[in-house]
Amino acid sequence: MSSRERILGRVRRALADVPGDDTPYEEAVVRDYLREHGGRTVDETVDLLAGNLADYRALVHRCAAGELPSLIAGLLSARGARTVLVPPGLDQGWLAAAAAERVPDRPEADPHELDRVDSVVTACAVAIAETGTIVLDGGPGQGRRRITLVPDHHICVVRVPDQVVSSVPQALSRLDPARPSTWISGPSATSDIELDRVEGVHGPRTMEVVLVSGR
Amino acid sequence: MSGTYLGMPAFPAAARAAVRNPTLRGNLRHATHTIRAKRARAVAEVEDWAELREAGKRIKDHTLRHLDTYLERLEESVTAAGGVVHWAADAEEANRIVTSLVRATGETEVVKVKSMATQEIGLNEALEAAGVRAYETDLAELIVQLGDDRPSHILVPAIHRNRGEIRDLFRAEMAAWGRPAPEDLTDGPAELAEAARLHLREKFLRAKVGISGANFMVAETGTLVVVESEGNGRMCLTLPETLISVVGIEKVVPAWRDLEVFLQTLPRSSTAERMNPYTSMWTGTTDGDGPSTFHLVLLDNGRTDTLADEVGRQALRCIRCSACLNVCPVYERAGGHAYGSVYPGPIGAILSPQLRGTGSEIDASLPYASSLCGACYEVCPVAIDIPEVLVHLRERVVQGGPVTRAGNKVVLRPAKGHAAERAAMRAARWAFGRPGALRTGQRLASRTRRFHPRTLPGPGRAWSETRELPPVPPEPFRDWWQRTHGGEAGGK
Ligand code: SF4
Repeated sequence: MSSRERILGRVRRALADVPGDDTPYEEAVVRDYLREHGGRTVDETVDLLAGNLADYRALVHRCAAGELPSLIAGLLSARGARTVLVPPGLDQGWLAAAAAERVPDRPEADPHELDRVDSVVTACAVAIAETGTIVLDGGPGQGRRRITLVPDHHICVVRVPDQVVSSVPQALSRLDPARPSTWISGPSATSDIELDRVEGVHGPRTMEVVLVSGR
Repeated sequence: MSGTYLGMPAFPAAARAAVRNPTLRGNLRHATHTIRAKRARAVAEVEDWAELREAGKRIKDHTLRHLDTYLERLEESVTAAGGVVHWAADAEEANRIVTSLVRATGETEVVKVKSMATQEIGLNEALEAAGVRAYETDLAELIVQLGDDRPSHILVPAIHRNRGEIRDLFRAEMAAWGRPAPEDLTDGPAELAEAARLHLREKFLRAKVGISGANFMVAETGTLVVVESEGNGRMCLTLPETLISVVGIEKVVPAWRDLEVFLQTLPRSSTAERMNPYTSMWTGTTDGDGPSTFHLVLLDNGRTDTLADEVGRQALRCIRCSACLNVCPVYERAGGHAYGSVYPGPIGAILSPQLRGTGSEIDASLPYASSLCGACYEVCPVAIDIPEVLVHLRERVVQGGPVTRAGNKVVLRPAKGHAAERAAMRAARWAFGRPGALRTGQRLASRTRRFHPRTLPGPGRAWSETRELPPVPPEPFRDWWQRTHGGEAGGK
């Protein structure tokens, strides 16, 4: 007998007390929790996102669509970035004013190569206001999971208000489970040493989020 | 479970030793109290906490009641998404599977993201025996590994170490494992974290095989979820070419949507954050992004035996948030090591004796590692009634009875070393059966509280030496009820 059969057999014997007509999933799971917490206008939701991102020590910037290229150029040069990773599908205009050399995200790139790049600029899939979370799902302008992990500086652009949701339930319903996703709430952190919070053990130590409004 | 724990003294003896270590007690007290207060604030922020908790409980209960269906569904969707599913009945089989998968890659080192399941089966030791070096990459796990130590907390495994100890450890041991610690390393947490970052980075960048556990597996979609803070999880899950995840069968949930409950309750219960810094979700493999080969090893190792116990089954709802550890007065004083398993604290006291049986002295003593104060139940985000299971297991230890071991029904004989507890249980049952006697007893206890000893006499001493006895309330509950409710209950 294979272990698969053995384990499934044990499960079935262990559940001998469960009646065949046990309450089905839809009725057994009561979902009377909230779809979002508190009533807010669209603007207030964006403000909440900004506040919660900052609370987790992401650096938050806001601008209109037309100001985005100069803002990004400014962030990169303030950081002294000489090279910037560019995921496929990133709006070319975003980096139009940047002086840093563009490094395309290629599948065959060696992780050591990524480690030498100074910054990365990406779009996102959705942002969650209540938790201050940015979700990337590999869609256009977001690239492979590792490009937002290995470089030490990540600039993420969120289109507001259309990419912003209030809550975790709303975010999940917008995402496609077939795509790999990375949820980021502030830069990486650890509290393993006497519970003192230290930022950036392995991910980017600096996370900058640009909330851009208008087309 | 892991060989590291063999030869552990039974809980009371281990706890007694731990309590006499003032550094350990100090570290633990600071940590548990800090997390506890933060957690309470994080939970208070969410007005539908009770509803989320109930939904989480029901999702898990429903899944457990139909575990066979959901495991088969999970296998189907993981396979359809390009993953390979393996089934492991026990630790030995799981270790064999993982070892041969690593061997097949030709690699002799792997990077690991912290996983209770792989600790439970002693995977690192098994890999080492096969000539494969496993690097733990969670900062705390690194501290534990460098110190040739054992984790003592689910969430912060090195909670028993302070910064000075960590600095000494880094200076003494890092060089033997890879990049040495900087000469002038101080004990500042930021500097220690930086040393760990550099030490581990060289391993991440060259790793070809990653090993992980998972917090959740979604049957409907085949998605696995890892919730973490440091980014070492993301490193292990996305940089290597081969990813092997070892996950207990109880980690499955039916649908994608179910994640909306747990992604709200887990971070707040665990690290007291609105959301943990990083969560990774992957469904099989994705072309050109992340590992090109993905193996999922589904682990039983006592879980189906636990499932067979209708009272004890609820322990499998656990999402390993560790909230119950931080509120437990026994854990706070005794520390995680005293529990003799990778699952410490209240959840360990009910999970380990079920996963492993109560054959050994330590497992038989675990259900007594509690004051039954109920704080663990109050904080549990999936409402596991830990005190109920503790009492149930005590009865099992004392009286014996039918249990399932390795899939077979056996009858357990009453444990020998527990004659005293057996008598205590008999006395308790006698009292509960006679409300009048119980009333008198409680009132007596209250009225004479000034004379109560700080430790228990006789065989109870070993245990009560390790903690303060809970104070006897100034007024018996029944008297209070009578007084405040005007005797509506009629003194029944
Ligand atoms: S038993 Fe409950 S409180 Fe304890 S770790 Fe598990 S889920 Fe958390």
